[in-house]
Amino acid sequence: MNNKRGDDKLTPLPATANFLPQDDPISRTEDPVDQDEIDFVAPIEGHAASVADPNAKPILEVRDLKMYFPVKSSGIIRRTIGHVQAVDGVSFQVPEGGALGLVGESGCGKSTTGRMVTRLYEPTSGTITFDGRDISRISTRQLKPLRREVQMIFQDPYTSLNPRHSVGAIIGAPLAIHKVLPRNKILPRVQELLEIVGLNPEHYNRYPHEFSGGQRQRIGIARALTLQPKLLVADEPVSALDVSIQAQVINLLQDVQREFNIAFVFVAHDLAVVRHFCPEIAVMYLGKIVEIADRDTLYNRPNHPYTQALLSAVPDVKQAAIGGRRERIRLEGDVPSPINPPSGCRFRTRCPIAQEICARVEPPLLQIGKRHKVACHFAGELGHHPDRPVTAPLLGVDDTGAPDPGATPTTMAGNEPGYSDTWYDLERKTMASA
Amino acid sequence: MAFLSVRDLKVHFPTVDGIVKATDGLSFDLEKGKTLGIVGESGSGKSVSSSAILGLHRKTSAMVSGEILLDGTDLLKLSDEQMRRRRGKDVAMIFQDPLSAMHPYYTVGNQVAEAYRVHHNVSKKVAKARAVEMLDRVGIPQPDRRVDDYPHQFSGGMRQRAMIAMGLINNPSLLIADEPTTALDVTVQAQILDLLQDLQKEFESAVIIITHDLGVIAEMADDVLVMYAGRAVEYGSGNEILTHPEMPYTWGLLSSVPDVTGDTEARLIPIPGNPPSLLNPPSGCAFHPRCAHRDKVPGDLCVTTLPELAPGTRTETHLKRCHLANPDVVYEQEILPEIAPELVEEKQA
Repeated sequence: MNNKRGDDKLTPLPATANFLPQDDPISRTEDPVDQDEIDFVAPIEGHAASVADPNAKPILEVRDLKMYFPVKSSGIIRRTIGHVQAVDGVSFQVPEGGALGLVGESGCGKSTTGRMVTRLYEPTSGTITFDGRDISRISTRQLKPLRREVQMIFQDPYTSLNPRHSVGAIIGAPLAIHKVLPRNKILPRVQELLEIVGLNPEHYNRYPHEFSGGQRQRIGIARALTLQPKLLVADEPVSALDVSIQAQVINLLQDVQREFNIAFVFVAHDLAVVRHFCPEIAVMYLGKIVEIADRDTLYNRPNHPYTQALLSAVPDVKQAAIGGRRERIRLEGDVPSPINPPSGCRFRTRCPIAQEICARVEPPLLQIGKRHKVACHFAGELGHHPDRPVTAPLLGVDDTGAPDPGATPTTMAGNEPGYSDTWYDLERKTMASA
Repeated sequence: MAFLSVRDLKVHFPTVDGIVKATDGLSFDLEKGKTLGIVGESGSGKSVSSSAILGLHRKTSAMVSGEILLDGTDLLKLSDEQMRRRRGKDVAMIFQDPLSAMHPYYTVGNQVAEAYRVHHNVSKKVAKARAVEMLDRVGIPQPDRRVDDYPHQFSGGMRQRAMIAMGLINNPSLLIADEPTTALDVTVQAQILDLLQDLQKEFESAVIIITHDLGVIAEMADDVLVMYAGRAVEYGSGNEILTHPEMPYTWGLLSSVPDVTGDTEARLIPIPGNPPSLLNPPSGCAFHPRCAHRDKVPGDLCVTTLPELAPGTRTETHLKRCHLANPDVVYEQEILPEIAPELVEEKQA
């Protein structure tokens, strides 16, 4: 994949914009139909991990977002008997052209968060500010222009493409719906998009079943790119693909991100893929963000026991190759039900260092570094968790979580999107700044 | 002679379009208490080969040839009835997706106990007690209560545990695990892998673990077999293959997966193109259309001649199927700096 990237930024789509990198199309060798076409493959330049631009403005800001799905009783009168608290108070920012990774186990609410950002779900409460405008409550009619700016890539390329529509119709549909181009200009644009994602532009009249999984995912990406969105929500974009194909698709996503300055919300359970793609990562557990930090901090110095356990559970081939397996932290049991989550800290039922306070008081998302927030009473690096809860004096409770009349609670701006300039230093137990 | 010895195993499926050579001449050995990891992409023949060991291919639809010697007996020469008596008792399998591998209408206990009753002439009560014991062994809480649950009442990880209980209830000497953790979350995957290792130690079983995840291979396997287009392309001890791979396809697998430690400067280099069609595989080395190193081989050798699975440059037991004369040098100089720059720096320092 040798196309130029980064240096030639795009002007917003004029009717016949040719935004193809002129030198070389992305490898067009992937084609089960014409196996013979694969004759020789030039060595491919790989991609290093994405880097963040520290000065980029936030394009997306999510504040205290909640999504509760009602649980109905069975029988004729279906009363609401409870709520699945799929997402419960999530806040984050995504900078222009940046990428935020959402990771966690199945059922942690990461996909639901992604779907609220694209407004496939209407959030129960909270705000989603996209490009300076709150989109969390806007009507279906007002949503239509938004769809040009925010698009989604789905997990399963086999079910997200209509089998009865040709690829040209699938990719061209957004152009027709939004009346961006006159009808006769749609086909050239579709072919251009096919070329951008590394497919043969002549294949626009083929149907999805004629393509392999990796190629279908490329079609899904082309469809998402059609309207030149500013934000792409990618929900497990590579987990349904073979290993060798995964890397192709990740590199393609990095290419289009750099080329068109698209911001990503990247939802995945694969911690290694997220590490490669996202300069900033939020770890979710049972509908809440338990730790959010930049890549190096999160992967090298995680402070939340859940993040530590997740990372230790990933089998790592290079680590094993250098010699020695890492010691795994065993998490017992399964994720509790989000209908009736545990009191206090939601992770406490599986947490290796939980104490009395964890059942009583919910730990706030506390900023403990320049770009590092963690929600744990005993936040600390692996093996260096403090004996006494660091949050107790801030919350005005004693070490067991019972209210402490002598203490004055400090108001911490923890669950705000983004980071503040001052934070709580765990070592010195005072506020610190850069 | 090894406990399990597979020689020149071929599984061919005749179709209207021609013969699909899903497995084409596979040989390997496996000792008791050891784990063999088979890696490859979808369609590389790893699952088809292991189903052949269990005798799961219909004689009318598949042509299976070669030898599968389990403890000296050729499984391919057994009658259907003889094979049926061994299946589940000597050789057992754990399937990838426990939800579709279990019957939704029967309780978990019923299904686990059935695996026992098929091979032991015992009452239902005894079999159920044995099932409870087994569910307890694989770490299902309150097994005496959960034994009467249906599969949908179990979580994904618990279903996979129940599958393992079903597979191990007869103490099989050979256990085949086909992508046992692919459908699971990492934390649950870690639990299941630990469990498999513990049980293997306890029962001294030989285990074949099939996966596309090199990380799982690195943690579990003593020996590794890399498959591509129905053939073994690299075979040797796990440590050897992961630290000194000598076949460009293995390099491709290693460099196309990011990791959670390593240097973030490491590049993600995909293997171009798609896995080949097994109906009409490429001539010569099946990997040559996707191989970035074939210009290092003189002439058209890669296109015309299928390389032998032969010892590479390091040890007699590390086999590779490639024409490259100096894969060790190419790996050190070209591949390693890309995928693990930190290792190269360490070496230079």
